[in-house]
Amino acid sequence: MPAIVPALIGITLIALGYFFYSKFIAEKIYQLDPEFETPAHALRDDIDFIPTNRVVLWGHHFTAVAGAAPIIGPAIAVIWGWLPAFIWVIAGTIFFAGVHDFGAVWASVRNEGRSIGSLTGDVVSHRARTLFLIVIFFLLMMVNAVFAVSISNAFVATPSSVIPAWSAIAVALVIGVLIYRMGVPILWPTIIGTIILYAVIYLGDQVPVSLPETFMGLGAAPQWIIILFVYATIASLLPVWLLLQPRDYINGIQLIIGLGLLFGAVFAANPDIVAPMYNTAVPEGTPPLLPLLFVTIACGALSGFHGLVASGTTSKQLDKETDARFVGYLGSSGEGLLALVTILAVSAGFASLGEWQTTYAEFGLTGIPTFVEGGSQIVSDGTPLSKEFAATLLAVMAVLFAGTTMDAGVRLQRYIIQEWGTIYKIPVLQNGYIATFGAVAACLALAFGAGGRSGQGGMAIWPLFGTTNQLLAGLTLLVLSVMLVKLKRRYIFTMVPMVFVTTMSFFAALYQLWDLFNSGSYFLMALDLVVIVLAIFVILESGSAFTREKRAAEAS
Amino acid sequence: MKWAGIKKKLRWLAYLATEAYNAPYRGAVARAKREQDDLFMLLIFSEMMGVPNPATYYTLELQPIMLEKFHEWHKRAGMEHSPLDDFRCC
Repeated sequence: MPAIVPALIGITLIALGYFFYSKFIAEKIYQLDPEFETPAHALRDDIDFIPTNRVVLWGHHFTAVAGAAPIIGPAIAVIWGWLPAFIWVIAGTIFFAGVHDFGAVWASVRNEGRSIGSLTGDVVSHRARTLFLIVIFFLLMMVNAVFAVSISNAFVATPSSVIPAWSAIAVALVIGVLIYRMGVPILWPTIIGTIILYAVIYLGDQVPVSLPETFMGLGAAPQWIIILFVYATIASLLPVWLLLQPRDYINGIQLIIGLGLLFGAVFAANPDIVAPMYNTAVPEGTPPLLPLLFVTIACGALSGFHGLVASGTTSKQLDKETDARFVGYLGSSGEGLLALVTILAVSAGFASLGEWQTTYAEFGLTGIPTFVEGGSQIVSDGTPLSKEFAATLLAVMAVLFAGTTMDAGVRLQRYIIQEWGTIYKIPVLQNGYIATFGAVAACLALAFGAGGRSGQGGMAIWPLFGTTNQLLAGLTLLVLSVMLVKLKRRYIFTMVPMVFVTTMSFFAALYQLWDLFNSGSYFLMALDLVVIVLAIFVILESGSAFTREKRAAEAS
Repeated sequence: MKWAGIKKKLRWLAYLATEAYNAPYRGAVARAKREQDDLFMLLIFSEMMGVPNPATYYTLELQPIMLEKFHEWHKRAGMEHSPLDDFRCC
């Protein structure tokens, strides 16, 4: 089948979802009120709370949620065939992610711009709030470990991406200093920075860099993992304006250019999809589609992480309540498009079914390199760019996304550890450096414990990461459902997604327990056990909060 | 398109870029800046807290300018009135 067909169907459905379904949700369920005074106005302090143009906010939400995860997840999940992944991404974006992100913004706006975590304490229970924090901590730990493994794999598979990926940090530092210290207007550094970045991609293409095959008993991939964590440690201790802020900005530009380039190339080249629609001959050891598909693709279909962004910064800057639909729903639609183009890249970017089957020889071995391989083929067919240049460009894009998430992730983890230090009065943990080292040590242990040492099995943790992410989404949807019950509105539109993802996550975790036991990965098995316990608590908590509020609503 | 139209478009683009750059980190940057300012202010007022500070002689004239900020700071730090014995703020 020509790749244009699913591309057009997907884009059309997501557009219809925005125009009709989100309108219905906005008017009938969340009942947005253009007259409502948003926290950005009511609590305006020009620091956190400040009314912001909705296009800007949309850009912020979109670039914050669309990272490396919607690339890696679909690149793994296509092993079951492209159709299941396609259906889950499109249906997930329309009925799950959109409602979830949009709802998180709405819930926060209606509660003085507070975060979903703190809302959980009020709306559901204090136990649920503690649960929320634990889930977040696990999520951050896994995100850092899994992204370190992904980047190292990408560096090994595409050595030409090494120089540009690290140069991007230098470009970001210069932009940060120019803008913050020298007060240069942003437009020029943006244009020149982007040009330099693409020039360096060309340079990287000419000068590939590979680490020695073994060094002190470690292969090239584990060496990269260590280097990346050293980087993340330093980066997370730098002021945000110096590195994180300009990096995020550069990534936003990369994301928009990359998405445009990929979709443009799909339409120009119109490659044929070589991957099977539904793979009846999956390689041995591949877990069952049900329930694993729904945790393998988390970001791109539904992801709890979005709720943190939506209720953390987005909601505090919303000018009008009615903007929540544009910002939240359309922001997650953008991420759905990235997942969609990844599916097309990894299913249509190969010359033949045989070649595709060689790539998908084992579950969990694919990821960024597969996306780069398939995507670069399509880009070189559809545009004048060479395959090598396109490969470097796409690899750099994915590596930069993952790298920035690591930087931000280690930083957030440090905050959590420091907060624990304050709560439990342990002065040592309150120290920024010690907290950072603690966070990095935990992530490093996870990356290596998960099999990163061989540079092969590090992605075993991916479904576990997805499971945790979906549990978080389940908690956010629970908050939304309980709020709707209290308001005596129809709650089915948040309740069904909640029950669905929580159930899928639970069964996925159970299946993995069995799988990890059989493969002898006891470290990950222990982690999985924790996830299962968390899932059980989420289910119990949901049940009790829901029946309690429903009774209260019926009684009143 | 007329020149004025292009200029307007460029201005809109520059505005979008500036906001896209600043909006996500406005809070974090402002907080970091405030912390630095607080440290600076405490340096100026440190003598009064019993911390010997050789810079006081040079920074004495800054005190009236910093008064308002000092007031905001002790409020933010959760103190109704100035914590300094020799220095009543409000």
